[in-house]
Amino acid sequence: MQLNITTDKKYIISSIILIVFIVILIKLFLLQIVEQSYKLSASNNVFRYIPQYPARGLVYDRNGDLIVCNQAAYDLMVIKNEVKAFDTVEFASILGISKEQVKASFIQIKRMKGYSPYKPSVFLKQISTKTYAILQEKLYKYPGFDVHPRTLRTYPYKMASHLFGYVGEVDSSIIAKNPYYQLGDYIGVNGLEKSYEKELRGKKGVKIFMVDVHNRIKGSYENGLYDTAAVVGKDIVCTIDAKLQSYGENLMVNKIGSIVAIEPKTGEVLAMISSPIYDPELLVGRNRKNNVKILQSDTLKPIFNRSLMAPYPPGSTFKIVNGLIGLQEGTVYPTTRYGCAGGFPIGRGVGCHIHPSPLAFTQAIQMSCNTYFCYVFRGIIDKPMLGSAEAGFSIWKKHVESFGFGNRLNIDLPNEQRGTVPSVSFYDRYFRKGGWNSLTIISLSIGQGELGATPLQIANLSSIIANRGYYYSPHVVKEIKEFDGIDPKYTTKYTTTIDSTWFDYVVEGMDMAVNGGAGGTALNAALPNIRICGKTGTAQNPHGADHSVFIAFAPKDDPKIAIAVYIENAGFGGTWASPIASLMIEKYLADSISRPDLEKYIQDAVLLDRHAGKK
Amino acid sequence: MQERNSTWGGLDWPTIFIYLALVFMGWINIYAAVYSDEHNSILDFTQRYGMQLVWIIFAFALALVILLIDRRVYFVFAYFFYGLALLSLIAALLFGRVVNGAHSWLQFGSVGIQPAEFTKFATILALAKLIGVFNFKILQPSSLLKISIIILLPAFIIILQNDTGSAMVYGALILLLYREGLPNWFMLFLLFMVILFILVIIASNAFILITLFCITILLYLIYGDKQKEAIIYAISTILFGLALYFTLKYLGYKISSTYIILFSMLIGTPLAIAYAFLRRIHFIYYLTIFLVVTTSFSLSVDYGYHKVLPIHQQKRINDLLGIEADPQGWGYNVNQSKIAIGSGGFSGKGFLGGTQTKFNFVPEQSTDFIFCTVGEEWGFIGSSVVLSLFLILILRLIMLAERQRESFARVYGYGVVSILFFHVAVNVGMTIGLFPVIGIPLPFFSYGGSSLWAFTILLFIFIKLDSSR
Ligand SMILES: [Zn+2]
Repeated sequence: MQLNITTDKKYIISSIILIVFIVILIKLFLLQIVEQSYKLSASNNVFRYIPQYPARGLVYDRNGDLIVCNQAAYDLMVIKNEVKAFDTVEFASILGISKEQVKASFIQIKRMKGYSPYKPSVFLKQISTKTYAILQEKLYKYPGFDVHPRTLRTYPYKMASHLFGYVGEVDSSIIAKNPYYQLGDYIGVNGLEKSYEKELRGKKGVKIFMVDVHNRIKGSYENGLYDTAAVVGKDIVCTIDAKLQSYGENLMVNKIGSIVAIEPKTGEVLAMISSPIYDPELLVGRNRKNNVKILQSDTLKPIFNRSLMAPYPPGSTFKIVNGLIGLQEGTVYPTTRYGCAGGFPIGRGVGCHIHPSPLAFTQAIQMSCNTYFCYVFRGIIDKPMLGSAEAGFSIWKKHVESFGFGNRLNIDLPNEQRGTVPSVSFYDRYFRKGGWNSLTIISLSIGQGELGATPLQIANLSSIIANRGYYYSPHVVKEIKEFDGIDPKYTTKYTTTIDSTWFDYVVEGMDMAVNGGAGGTALNAALPNIRICGKTGTAQNPHGADHSVFIAFAPKDDPKIAIAVYIENAGFGGTWASPIASLMIEKYLADSISRPDLEKYIQDAVLLDRHAGKK
Repeated sequence: MQERNSTWGGLDWPTIFIYLALVFMGWINIYAAVYSDEHNSILDFTQRYGMQLVWIIFAFALALVILLIDRRVYFVFAYFFYGLALLSLIAALLFGRVVNGAHSWLQFGSVGIQPAEFTKFATILALAKLIGVFNFKILQPSSLLKISIIILLPAFIIILQNDTGSAMVYGALILLLYREGLPNWFMLFLLFMVILFILVIIASNAFILITLFCITILLYLIYGDKQKEAIIYAISTILFGLALYFTLKYLGYKISSTYIILFSMLIGTPLAIAYAFLRRIHFIYYLTIFLVVTTSFSLSVDYGYHKVLPIHQQKRINDLLGIEADPQGWGYNVNQSKIAIGSGGFSGKGFLGGTQTKFNFVPEQSTDFIFCTVGEEWGFIGSSVVLSLFLILILRLIMLAERQRESFARVYGYGVVSILFFHVAVNVGMTIGLFPVIGIPLPFFSYGGSSLWAFTILLFIFIKLDSSR
C-alpha cells in the first residue's frame, strides 16, 4: 500500500514538472513565432533614425524678386562622454559666449528630455556661418563636439515681417498633435510661414544607423540602402509687390496704422503694411525668443498685425455702403436731396461740417455729409413696407455682410479677425426688445457705433467699388512652384447684394471727392495723369485722437489697385491718410513720384506723440 | 582498485553528458552575450567568457573530487556541511560584500563566493539524513518541526542578506516533502493558496471575501449532508450583510464594504460552530477553519503586499500580472528580455548575430538573463533544445532517485530535482514574463563560479550516491 502511493507520487511530480515545461514552451512559441511585435521593437531598439533636414522653400514677390531665403546655420552638438578637458576660455571666445555660458550649457543639456551622454545633444543652437568658419578649423581641439547644418531664414529686403511671420522650433504640444514633427524641428509660427507650412517645409529625410543600448552609433545600416533623402520645400511666389511694400513701410515710419493694397480684379494683396514694423531678422536664430519678448513688451505693439487683427470703426468710408444699400432698397434715389444745416436734427442728432446745401447723392459722397447718410440710413431701417426697425435692420445687415464685413475674408494668413457687425439680438440685449429704432443706432450711418472692420476689410470694400460690385477673397500667394494653381477659394467670385449699376453713382462721388474741386474732401490725393477715386474717413476713437482713414482705387475706369490707409490718431482722413494712399498708387502705377515734396513731408511726419499723449 | 571500478562503472553517463552539454552551451552563450569586436578571442581572460572557462575547469575538478570521495562521507558529514554552510551565510551577512543591495558575497582575494549557492546542497544533505532515517514519520509534529527548522534557517538568513529570490528556492523543497509523505490535500490546498494569492493582488478584497464564502458554501453543498441548513446559513448571512449595509448607509456612516462583508461572515462563524458541536458534524469544523484560514490569509496577503512588500517587488509583480505596464521602468528588464527572445523567431539570428543582447539592451544578460541570448540567437529551436535537455535531466534524476535503495540517496535525489526544477522554471519563466524577476541563475548556464560550482556539487554528489547504490 505504502509503495503504491509513493510510486503514484513519482508520476504526479513528473507530471507537474512536465506541465510547467509545456507551459513555458507554449509561451516561448507565442513569443517567438506567433507574436510579431517583438521583432519590430527589436529593430526600434537597434536602429537610430537621424533626420535629414530639407531647406525651406523660398518666397519671391510678384515680379520675381527673392524676398525670403535661407542662410546656413550650424547647431553645435556635443556627445558628453567623448568630451575631454579643454580650454573653456578659448572655446567660449570662438563661440562668442561667456565662459559661464559654456558651463551652463553643459548643465542644461543634462536636463533635456531624452538626454544621453552617448548621444549628441544640442550644445549651442544656430551658430552663424562666420562663427562656424572659425570654429571648424579648431574643432579638432574639442573632441566630442560636432556641428549639424541647419537652415535659417534671411530677408534681403527686411520687410513685410507681419506678412511672412517667422519660423521657430516645435514645442511638445505641436509634437503631440502632429506626428510629422520631432524635437528640434522647425515650423512656421506665424504669417505666411505658418499658413503655407506644409508647402514650405518640404519633407525630412532619414539616415539609419545601428546603435547599442547607450545610443552609441555602431555604423550605417546596410550602407545607407534604406536611407531617404530630404525633399526641399516648394518655392512660393507671393502677390506682394516688394517695391510697393517697402515704399509703404517707408512712408509709415513714425506712424501707427496700416496700409492694405489689393489688385481688384484678382484679390491679390499688393502690399500689406502694419506699422510700426520690426526687423524680421530679429526673429531668426538664437535670440528669437528673447526678441519676441522685447517686441511684445513694446507699448506700440510692433508685433501685432494691424492689417488683419485691428477692428477699427470704418468711419465715413462706410457711408458708401449705406448709400449703396439705400439705392438698392429704393429708399434713396441718385436725385434725392437733403438739406444740411450743420447736422442731423432728429433724436440725439449728429453734427456735420460746413458745406453747400442741399446735396444730391454723389455730392453727399463727395463732401461726406453726415446728415445725408443719417437720412439714408433711417430710410433703410424704417422702410414703411417692412413694418419694423428689426426687419429693416436685418435687411441692412444682410447687405453689409455681402461686402465681407463681420466675417473673415479667409485670407491665406493666420489670425485674421472677423470685425463686428451688430445684430438684432445684440440690440435687443443692449437696449431691450423693441426698445431701439433707427435713431438709437444712428451712428451706424456714418460708420461709427458698434461697427468694427479690419484694414483688410476696408481695402476689400475699396476693391468691391473698383469692381462695381464683386470681389475675390484677398490672398497673398500667387503661385506655388511645382504645384498646380492656388486654392480655388481665391478664384471664386463673390458678388455683393447691390446691383452693379448703383456703383456708378458712388464711383462718381469718390471721383469728385478727389478731383471735383470745391467741396472735395481729398483733393490732396489728386494726380494729373492717374484718375484716383477716393473716400476719406475719420474713425472716432474712444481711447484718443481720431484715426485717419482713406480708401481709394485707380485708375477710375480700369482699376489696377484698391487701397485702404489707416493712420491711428492722425485726425481727419484727408490730412494724412489720403496723401499716403495717393503716393502708394502713384508708386505702383507710375513707378516714380512726381511730388517729392509731399513724399518728404509724409516721410518726415511724426504722428506718434498724439498716441502717447491721448486726448 | 575495487573502489575505482565501482566508481566509474556505476556512473550514470547520460546525466553526465547532459551536464557537459549544458555547461558547454552556457559557455558559448556567455561568449555571444559579452562578445564585442574589441575582444573577440574566446580565451580572453579579461572577459567573462574567458573567466567562465576557468570556472568550468575548476568545476570539472570539483566533480572529479566528489566522485573520488567515499560516499559515506556525505551521509556522515551531512549536518557538518549544513552547519558550515550556515556559518558561511552568517559570515557573508556580517562581513560580506554588497552586490545589488544584497550582503551575499564573501571575498577571497580576487574571487568572490556566494555562500547561498552552496547552502542548497548542504540543506538537502541535512534533510536527506533526517528523513532518510528508518521509520521516519513525516507527519508527526516533531518531524515537521525539525524539517521546517532545517529548511527555514538558511532561507531566513538569506532573506536577512536581502536576497529574497535565492531564499524562495527553498520553497521548492515542498516537492521533496510531498514525495516523502505530505498528503495530496495539502498540495491542493497550497495550489489553492497560490491562486488565492494572485487573486488577492488582482481583485478587490470584497470580491475575494465573497468568493471564499461561496466556495465554502459550495464545498458544503457538495460534501456535506445537511444542504438545507447550509442554504439557510448562506441566505441569512447575505441578508444580514445587506441589512447592515443599508442601515449604515441610511444612518450616514461610510464604512468600506469589505468590513461589512467580513463582519457578516464572521458573525455567523460562532453560530456554525455551536451548531456543529450540538449536531456533532465534524465537517462544519473543517469548513469553518477553511474559511477563517483563507480569509485571514487573503487579508494578510493584501496588507503585506501593499504595506510591507518593498515597492520594487510590488511593481515587478504588478508588471507581471498586467496591472501596471511600465516598459521603461520596472518592467524594463522583462520587456527588453521578451523583445530579445521574441525577435529570435523560429530559428534565431545565428551565433553572435543577436543585436539585442550584443548591444546591451538586456541587463544581466550573461547571468540571470542568459536565456535571452539562447532565445535571440538560436530561436525557438534553440530554446526548445535547451529546455528539453533540462527536462530530460530532471526526469532522469527522478528515475534515478526512485531506483535508490537507501532513502538517504532518494531524498537527496528529489532535493536535486526540486532545486533544479525551481531554478530552470523560474529563471526561464522570468525572462519570458511568466514569473516576477527574482534574480536567480539558470543552472550550468549563467555566468559565475559560485553558481556553476554549487550546481556541479549538487548534481555530482547525487551521481556519486547513485553510482554506488
Ligand atoms: Zn452735411
